Amino acid sequence: MAVVLVDAGGTNIGSVRYALQRLGTDAALTSDADAIRAASHVILPGVGAAGPGMRRLREAGLVDVLRGLTQPVLGVCLGMQLLCERSEEGDTECLGVIPAPVRHFAEAPGLRVPHMGWNRLRVTTTHPLVADLRDGDSAYFVHSYAVPTGAWTIAESDHGGAFAAIVAHGNFMGMQFHPERSADVGARLLRNFLLS
Amino acid sequence: MLSRRIVPCLDVRDGQVVKGVRFRDHVVVGEIVELALRYRDEGADELVFYDITASPEGRRVDRDWVERVAREIDIPFCVAGGIRSVDDAREVLHAGADKVSINSPALERPALVREIADAFGVQCVVVGVDSLQDDDGEWRVRQYTGDPSRTRALRKSTLEWIDEVQRLGAGEIVLNCMGTDGVRRGYDIAQLSAARAICHVPLVASGGAGTAAHFAEAFVAADVDAALAASVFHSGDIAIPALKRDLRAQGIEVRL
Repeated sequence: MAVVLVDAGGTNIGSVRYALQRLGTDAALTSDADAIRAASHVILPGVGAAGPGMRRLREAGLVDVLRGLTQPVLGVCLGMQLLCERSEEGDTECLGVIPAPVRHFAEAPGLRVPHMGWNRLRVTTTHPLVADLRDGDSAYFVHSYAVPTGAWTIAESDHGGAFAAIVAHGNFMGMQFHPERSADVGARLLRNFLLS
Repeated sequence: MLSRRIVPCLDVRDGQVVKGVRFRDHVVVGEIVELALRYRDEGADELVFYDITASPEGRRVDRDWVERVAREIDIPFCVAGGIRSVDDAREVLHAGADKVSINSPALERPALVREIADAFGVQCVVVGVDSLQDDDGEWRVRQYTGDPSRTRALRKSTLEWIDEVQRLGAGEIVLNCMGTDGVRRGYDIAQLSAARAICHVPLVASGGAGTAAHFAEAFVAADVDAALAASVFHSGDIAIPALKRDLRAQGIEVRL
């Protein structure tokens, strides 16, 4: 198994890498197209904004490389949003491998944005990624933009309404929260991805 | 539904965790990674590390322990102290911290809040506000509180500052109520409620926790998103699992 973390200059790469190390997997950090194509599993991390995130992928020449992958691919937080079609954040065209939009949380009285903290996950679709997820399991979220629920949703969460917490479309998967910072629940989900 | 967060705060001085009363008289309470792991195992939702000597001495946080913490723990953590530039923030975030908290340097140069938010997103930017009620009844901001000999009382009102930093891009506010800090008689509910009324981003209560009831009061009466405490956790007077069960029993959403 050769797991790679796509290094396009995001900031939470270290944390994801350490989380994989705790699971016994040493993931290489790379922006090399051949190494990414050859990997068994590809993880696209990312903290920050969609516009700069896509610009870094373009500058690294990785947009078509990522779009063409057929092995399991996991986007984490901004990485998940970059897998979608288009983000309202800076009106950014994303990779478009998951047919979902990315929207800002609608303003509502008492609704805090960013959505920051631990929130419960609710499985909506049977999928190996969430096979052992239990009712009441929580994950750690930090984001201002979210993917609405749709055909791509396999687990949802609530913040002023339901939104997609875990998505999957073919070999492309995404987690809106930070599994590397979601204690035992996050470790289980990452392990499930490595087994996919 | 979003859980209310319990956040142990570890004041770091010369690479060790210390605790003082009313920001003074620090004693060593333990080693950083060891305490971080203990709190993680007990169910802390997040950790904050304050390098309390960094800002007054104009020195940056030592990156080495940030990386050691990031390797070992699997809950989010925030690093504060001596972050004066986008480069300082990048260094700490690349070492594995999830957020940086800025306090005195933001007062020196408010544009720093916007610069870090633009570079890494608002979710990375916490603004710590040290606040004390003046004789005229107004809450005002204090600067360089890590060193009592250098602490300065500013003319800036706490509520105006909270409003300003949100417009600049703060993703979270930690309000350290210095009048109640360290004496364990409860959080400053009046001040936190006033802050809550104008704070649209997550608000973290800090200063005054002594009993489980104080946490419940901060969540229910002041509607804060998280409650931070140090000495009651370091001393073992409040155990996080029991605290969370108690809060859940009162209908307060917490992660068990």
